[in-house]
Amino acid sequence: MLTKEQAADIFGRIRRFSSAEEVEAIFTGSRFALTRFANNTIHQNVEEENSIVSIRTNFGGRTARATANQFDDNSLRRAVTASENLARVQAPDPDFLPMPDSREAHGGTGETPVAPSSRFFEQTAAITPSDRAEVVKSIVSVAGKHKLTTAGIYSNLESGEGIFNSRGLANWHRQTLAEISITMLAGDSSGWQKLNSPDVRNLDPARLAETAARKAVESAHPREIAPGKYTVILEPAAVLDIVGFMFWDFGGVSILDQRSFLNDRIGTKLFGENINICDDAQHPLQSGSPFDGEGMRRRRVQLVESGVVKRVVYARGTARKMKNSEYAAKVGPIEPTGHGFPLPNEMGEMPMNVVFEAAGKTQSVEQMIASTERGVLVTRLWYIREVDPYEKIVTGMTRDGTFLVENGKVQCGLRNFRFNESLISMLSNVDAMSVPVRAAGEESFDMVVPAMKVREFNFTEATKF
Amino acid sequence: MKAAGQLALDAASARGVTYADARVVSIRNRSLTTKNGRVGHASESESLGIGVRVIAEGAWGFAASADLSRAAVEATAARAVGIARASARVKKEDVRLAPEPAAVAEWTTPYKVDPFTTSVEQNLDLLLKVDAEMRAVAGVTLAETGMNFQREESWFLSSEGARIHQTKYSTGAGCTAYAFAGSEIQKRSYPNSFGGQWQNRGYELIEEMKLVENARRVAEEAVALHQAEQCPEGRATIILDSSQLSLQIHESIGHPIELDRVLGMEANFAGTSFLTLEKLGNLRYASDLVNVVADARQEHGPGLGTFAYDDEGVAAQSTPIITNGRFTGYLSSRETAHAIGAARSGGTLRAEGWNRLPMIRMTNVSILPGERPLSLKELIAATDDGIYMQTNKSWSIDDKRYNFQFGCEIAWEIKHGKLARMLKNPSYSGITTEFWNSMDAICSRDEWMLWGTPNCGKGQPQQVVGTGHGASPARFRNIRVGSAYS
Repeated sequence: MLTKEQAADIFGRIRRFSSAEEVEAIFTGSRFALTRFANNTIHQNVEEENSIVSIRTNFGGRTARATANQFDDNSLRRAVTASENLARVQAPDPDFLPMPDSREAHGGTGETPVAPSSRFFEQTAAITPSDRAEVVKSIVSVAGKHKLTTAGIYSNLESGEGIFNSRGLANWHRQTLAEISITMLAGDSSGWQKLNSPDVRNLDPARLAETAARKAVESAHPREIAPGKYTVILEPAAVLDIVGFMFWDFGGVSILDQRSFLNDRIGTKLFGENINICDDAQHPLQSGSPFDGEGMRRRRVQLVESGVVKRVVYARGTARKMKNSEYAAKVGPIEPTGHGFPLPNEMGEMPMNVVFEAAGKTQSVEQMIASTERGVLVTRLWYIREVDPYEKIVTGMTRDGTFLVENGKVQCGLRNFRFNESLISMLSNVDAMSVPVRAAGEESFDMVVPAMKVREFNFTEATKF
Repeated sequence: MKAAGQLALDAASARGVTYADARVVSIRNRSLTTKNGRVGHASESESLGIGVRVIAEGAWGFAASADLSRAAVEATAARAVGIARASARVKKEDVRLAPEPAAVAEWTTPYKVDPFTTSVEQNLDLLLKVDAEMRAVAGVTLAETGMNFQREESWFLSSEGARIHQTKYSTGAGCTAYAFAGSEIQKRSYPNSFGGQWQNRGYELIEEMKLVENARRVAEEAVALHQAEQCPEGRATIILDSSQLSLQIHESIGHPIELDRVLGMEANFAGTSFLTLEKLGNLRYASDLVNVVADARQEHGPGLGTFAYDDEGVAAQSTPIITNGRFTGYLSSRETAHAIGAARSGGTLRAEGWNRLPMIRMTNVSILPGERPLSLKELIAATDDGIYMQTNKSWSIDDKRYNFQFGCEIAWEIKHGKLARMLKNPSYSGITTEFWNSMDAICSRDEWMLWGTPNCGKGQPQQVVGTGHGASPARFRNIRVGSAYS
């Protein structure tokens, strides 16, 4: 797999081939393997190795990018030329910034940012197809024990990413990630669990399989109850997938574009007193690189404090534009925070290492159930889409383990619901939270989130199963 | 490219596989956007590599690499075989494939203008003109445009003797105007959301779209929506424009007919399907007026699901999916066709690129136009009371594809056969079979458009491919509307 030294060599050749005023190269290299199972057999089993260089050239306020996955001189020359041709024909951008040097990117001494050492694990990188098959076999045996059918994945990733520019920046980050997702299916019910971690030793396939199986068994013969407003207990994966739809709006460009639900709302109390959210790439449960698409150090940013939206995140260029904009006085602190995407782009930036912080006394999911007179326990949400961008209403379905809670106990499985729920309303109605955990879903990037007990969650329809 | 494929087949065969295929794929892409009068992004990309798929000990293995050196290709093939042998440790039955003649063929997307021969200046000049038209409308707070081209050249070789060389072009462009005021953000897109219109054609598609001519109109509509009444909640007759109907087809017909979903192979992510095997030939899916095909052939049109051969060497076909309202066909592959006892694959296996395993994907899943001449204007004139909805804004459906909800960008009341006041935030919802059985009119060929959906996600690891959907505007009775805001 591509190393930092090889990338530096390639970047040296790119610089020789380019006549641009400034050059940047972003490298990504990965070895990825995924074993997929369904109907209690392995039916797909894949492995991929690839490395990519993405070259950006600057000519006095004009910039563009070209990407290649072949590193011979001809391929690199072609990519450099494509980038330069795309850049040269543009009109200069008056807000354009030169590339950052290491002092600007990293602050202080200019020392390269590093992630906590816990993000690369040889044990994860070394997983073989046979190892994955053995884990799948153990999951299938759990399914067999409960007379269920199972489907899911077990994957491992080893990756390296880096950014080099002609002002001397040279950042590199290595990481591993192992992931398991398990669905257990019965005749008319199902259960699901998913978890990932840089360190495969943090994953317990048997426990995940048993939990998914229990959910499938306990939700069998689901009842249909009328849609309406219910107290819900959302497990962490359900919280992750629904709240993920609001974080695009926590970037400076989304405010400048006036497409954010935070337009005219920064500094106001939008959520409940118990909602505290930060973005923290260095959090021990987070993953990913410690620098952004321009190589800037990712800083910790407090986005929401006691329900008040305090600020948004910024790429370098966005911070400059915001300071000169009509919104400057009403958006809180404005400074580059290290959350930008590779340039050029139209989306700007986004917090990608979101951490929900528990306020006050936490409750386990079991305690939330015990304190609920009537409500719905939700394992997972699915096919979530935005309905209203300013009230932040999103729609979607429950899936793979939806239960009726009555008198402090799980009573039975329920047919799945469609919801139409405002995230502003939801995060104003949180009655209890668990200890935040690293959660993985399918609709959003991984986050550190708690389970939540939410009152008056809006189910609008029920489906047929 | 072809030599690398042969090398992979030889290396796999030498390791005792019962089947092997290799795809060597080169993809070139250009992507341009503008935002509020400036270039949003300008980029080009190239990707080249090989994917090797084998059956050994009755199980599948797949490995892919960007390195096309002899040593790397042989190592990739060897890895695929090793992975297959690991798969065999958790199997119930050997994988078997429906028979398919080994094709030797050459095919290229028909086009008039190779989009990569057009200059970036020309592309950006057009987009900036469109952008300026939208921003000329007072109240527009964000104007966005985009244009994309892709050229995909592939060699498919199989141990059964297939040797297929295809070059596919796709082109797409569109624009969107946003208006934020008070406590609302409204938007309008042209000619469709999802980046506009996409087809397997050359630059001639862009020239036919009349982007500049329509940009100001949709921008004015985005602003006007702020003064419009909210879409009511209740039951109503609705007419859907062809672009919204194409997405309705995609979600509530295209996905549930995927045989891998039906057989449980997607249960962990994309989900399963309500279309269990006993329903084939028996289920009253829709009203008599509904005829749907899955057609990958060029004669169906230049859709994003048009090709000569799929990614396991099966020739493009037209499969009747719904015939006079009755459910008549699935989307299948060689493996799934064998599993249900079909004589042949329907030819729908496609991969996002060289590094992904091909899987069942929609081709062009289209509703056929009405046989009786009927324009949209005539359909509205024949509707006493209803709502006409245009252009998708949100979409969601459950994991068996029963319950759906769609939001559209704009709607108009229909009163006494005429469009009346504009409605904002229109939405409708329902159960798939109930919805399709409520269709009582569909416009004829003159109103039929083959739309492209460029962002269909499926699989683990997820693959995004383009699909095609032809549709004419159609009318549905007694549909639940407005529940998104209830």
